[in-house]
Amino acid sequence: MLQAKNLEVYYGQSKILRDVSLVVPPGEVVCLMGRNGAGKTTFMKSVMGLVKARKGEFILGDTSLNRKTTGQRSRLGISYVPQGRGIFPYLTVYENLLMGFESCSPPRPDLAIVAEMYERFPVLEQMRHRVAGTLSGGQQQQLALARALVSRPQLLLLDEPTEGIQPSIVMEIEELIVQLSREMNISVLVVEQFLDFARAVADHFYILETGKIVEHGEIDIFTDDLAKKYLSV
Amino acid sequence: MDIWLIQAFNGASLASILLLISLGLAFAFGLMGVINMAHGEFIMIGAYTTYVFELQFSGILMRTETHDWGGWFIGSMIAAFFIAGLVGILLEVTLLRRLYGRPLDTLLATWGVGMILQSVARQVFGAQNVSVGRPMWLSKGFAWLWTDVNDAEAISALKPFWEIIEGVRLPYTRLFIMGVVVLVVLLLFYYLRRTSAGRRLRATMQNREMAASLGVRSRSVNAITFGVGAGLAGIAGSVLTLIGPVGPTLGTSYIVDAFLVVVLGGVGKLRGAILAALIIGMFNIVMAKFLIDLDVEAAATVAKVLVLLLVVAFLQWKPQGLVQVQTR
Repeated sequence: MLQAKNLEVYYGQSKILRDVSLVVPPGEVVCLMGRNGAGKTTFMKSVMGLVKARKGEFILGDTSLNRKTTGQRSRLGISYVPQGRGIFPYLTVYENLLMGFESCSPPRPDLAIVAEMYERFPVLEQMRHRVAGTLSGGQQQQLALARALVSRPQLLLLDEPTEGIQPSIVMEIEELIVQLSREMNISVLVVEQFLDFARAVADHFYILETGKIVEHGEIDIFTDDLAKKYLSV
Repeated sequence: MDIWLIQAFNGASLASILLLISLGLAFAFGLMGVINMAHGEFIMIGAYTTYVFELQFSGILMRTETHDWGGWFIGSMIAAFFIAGLVGILLEVTLLRRLYGRPLDTLLATWGVGMILQSVARQVFGAQNVSVGRPMWLSKGFAWLWTDVNDAEAISALKPFWEIIEGVRLPYTRLFIMGVVVLVVLLLFYYLRRTSAGRRLRATMQNREMAASLGVRSRSVNAITFGVGAGLAGIAGSVLTLIGPVGPTLGTSYIVDAFLVVVLGGVGKLRGAILAALIIGMFNIVMAKFLIDLDVEAAATVAKVLVLLLVVAFLQWKPQGLVQVQTR
């Protein structure tokens, strides 16, 4: 679904990503791991075009993303849930959900899909007229996921979806991701530091260290030794 | 007592005009980080639009020898919104779009644009101030409807104000301006809260990167928002013709107070702007009156200085302004 080829990203003079190549196969879940500062979030932002790559290429399906703006990438079927969730704090839960339709063409809200999301995340329906900034972290994460899903994306980018969230909701998110890939054939690229979560949802893993991919493969070969070597602090 | 009632009314009147002007400034600064020194010229454009309307269209828009229904005036307000708005969009697309993230550069560039626009106005309309007439319902009140227009005495007995109690005279023009501002603010609330364009605008203001990631075309959001702000200034210019002459530098005198409203109100919040406009409008007028009573020379100027100092002091205490936007 998504291919990154020999990507290089700089912030000013400093090289953040060095020659990163990565593949997310259709309908599968890929987990990107690595210590803080390894470049995981930068990678996610460069998929969205929020950070410009100096070299290399992204290919979605058979479309090159290099000359596409952030908005065009979202209209091609990429949904992004950033670190910190990126909800609009002064919009209501309902209005936040409606913003998810912006990437549809025409960008018109489909209330049937909203109802479907309420069914999937009942807490959002209870809170639908609340201002989103007053929701708890877990509720905000569910809102961000629902908003990312209303446009029926082909590729979902999740940056640390379990960060600061209570275990019961982490379990729900885990089930959701598995379900999305198995039943709806959505490809998922997830950045995660939490090993059990990664093992539960992912089909493949990539490990970034100071901007380079140092290990990758099927999740089965992701051993505790690897985790100790590259992820322990 | 009566004196203070009049002052309160004048304060509210000034506040309503300041509000109309500062909304556009607040949008431009809150959404795009643009300090728009050319905003006063949108006011000027609106005022000249009304002037041109009176010259060109008053004949076909409900004005006869004896009756002035003011269709030309209402029409000119709407036209002022669109003409000033278009000039605003043009400015955003050709210039400001290239200066995002550099607020000081926007200040200098828009200042230059403002001077160019003033010179153009001077070339086209002359350096002399011009004045614009008023519809009958503003100069005579609605009573002219049932007054015999051929009875010169009866017509001249009609006064351009509403005397609510002995000695407290509220000019129809100022009442009308307040009404226009209330209507515009209500429409703006509707636009922001109930339309999809308003939702896109608020989302972009709160988190630009995320809005773009969801597919919002932030370029067009910027241009439209800037245009709406300029259009509101155009309406302000149009109604200002009712209370004073029109000249190339009309906007300049309001722009400083409007900036004060923006910083005092807190950037990007409609409620903050409304509150701040009321406070600054009231303070200016009431303070001036107070100083006149104390026999202070140049009372109006001293009042302005005091208001400025108070705002500076307030911002030391609450740098974010009256209504704060919390971000996580």
